[in-house]
Amino acid sequence: MTTEEVWEALAGIPDPEIPVISIVDLGVVKDVAVDDRTVTVDFTPTFMGCPALDAMKRAMEAAIADLGAEPDVHVRLDDSWSTDDITAEGREKLRAAGFAPPTARPAERMELVQLQRGFRCPYCGSTSTRLENLFGPTPCRSIRYCDDCRQPFEQFKTI
Amino acid sequence: MPARPRAELLLELADDELVLGWRNSEWTGIAPFLEEDVAFSSIAQNEIGHARALYELAAAELGTTADELAFDRSPDDYRSAPLVELRRLEWARTIARHWLYETADEIRLAALKAAADPEVAGLAAKMDREEAYHRMHAEMWVDRLLSTEEGRERLDEAIDELWPYALGVLDGGLRAQLRARAEERLGRALPEVEPIERGRHEADLAELWEEMTMVRRSAPAGAQW
Repeated sequence: MTTEEVWEALAGIPDPEIPVISIVDLGVVKDVAVDDRTVTVDFTPTFMGCPALDAMKRAMEAAIADLGAEPDVHVRLDDSWSTDDITAEGREKLRAAGFAPPTARPAERMELVQLQRGFRCPYCGSTSTRLENLFGPTPCRSIRYCDDCRQPFEQFKTI
Repeated sequence: MPARPRAELLLELADDELVLGWRNSEWTGIAPFLEEDVAFSSIAQNEIGHARALYELAAAELGTTADELAFDRSPDDYRSAPLVELRRLEWARTIARHWLYETADEIRLAALKAAADPEVAGLAAKMDREEAYHRMHAEMWVDRLLSTEEGRERLDEAIDELWPYALGVLDGGLRAQLRARAEERLGRALPEVEPIERGRHEADLAELWEEMTMVRRSAPAGAQW
């Protein structure tokens, strides 16, 4: 078995809460190593209180077991993930599903005013949008509103 | 940060985040408007997620589990700062506590991110990415309250009442930073007071503990869902 085969299998696992995007698109799988019949995976949660964490871990273990290998999945809790790690393909999938993708993380302290700019509405493309709530239905989302098509929409928070 | 056992430091942080997360969740369903209902519920979820990670790191060192640390200690053994234990705060005081805690927490996390211990520094950095949203939310509310006379009065009154508690969140060496930052933001001097330190507890904690640990105590063999 090669690490490429494992990456391919993991790329088939959808995010449990935003199933249009895979966990590989999200960039949360940090490392894959194959040693004989054991596959070691390092991954990190998006947000630490994300209830999908355990579901993601179990899905990875099942996908590796389906390849006929012994899974060893580690949760890494460090600074190794940012929304900047979401792939270009992943961003496009988010947009197509009605989620504004996260903006690039600023080098300096993030300020509210940066998030109050008019980001593009994933439905009509207008930038006449505003921040309704920094917080949303899951830890990773904010709520925005489009003044042109009058559609509320969610944006993946930049972290 | 002065040198002290790592597990002790982790438990202080974890207990602060767990207890405050619980307090924030008490606004779920009853906040003054829907956006704040969502905000405080989401902040609560983040804080409890941080507590879980901190307890897990402490548990590995102490040879126990995160759940045992979170739920099986007696209320007197928690290391939380009295600031996070206070209950039934009306809205201005809730915002005052939120802003004071998040401001203190930013100072504490900055110190931890620079720690020599890579596990602690890495975890602090990951937490800080999420806490940035809590701070922006708290700052937005401070702006809003400072923009009217009544808002300013009520915020000032709440800040003065909670100030000795806020100082107690931080180690002695970090308190001057909190004072400087808070005084600059509020544009006034804050009272010289004795900090309300960790180690003693508000009576409110016992009530929270009863509620928080009820399911676990009622099913000693482990509740199954």
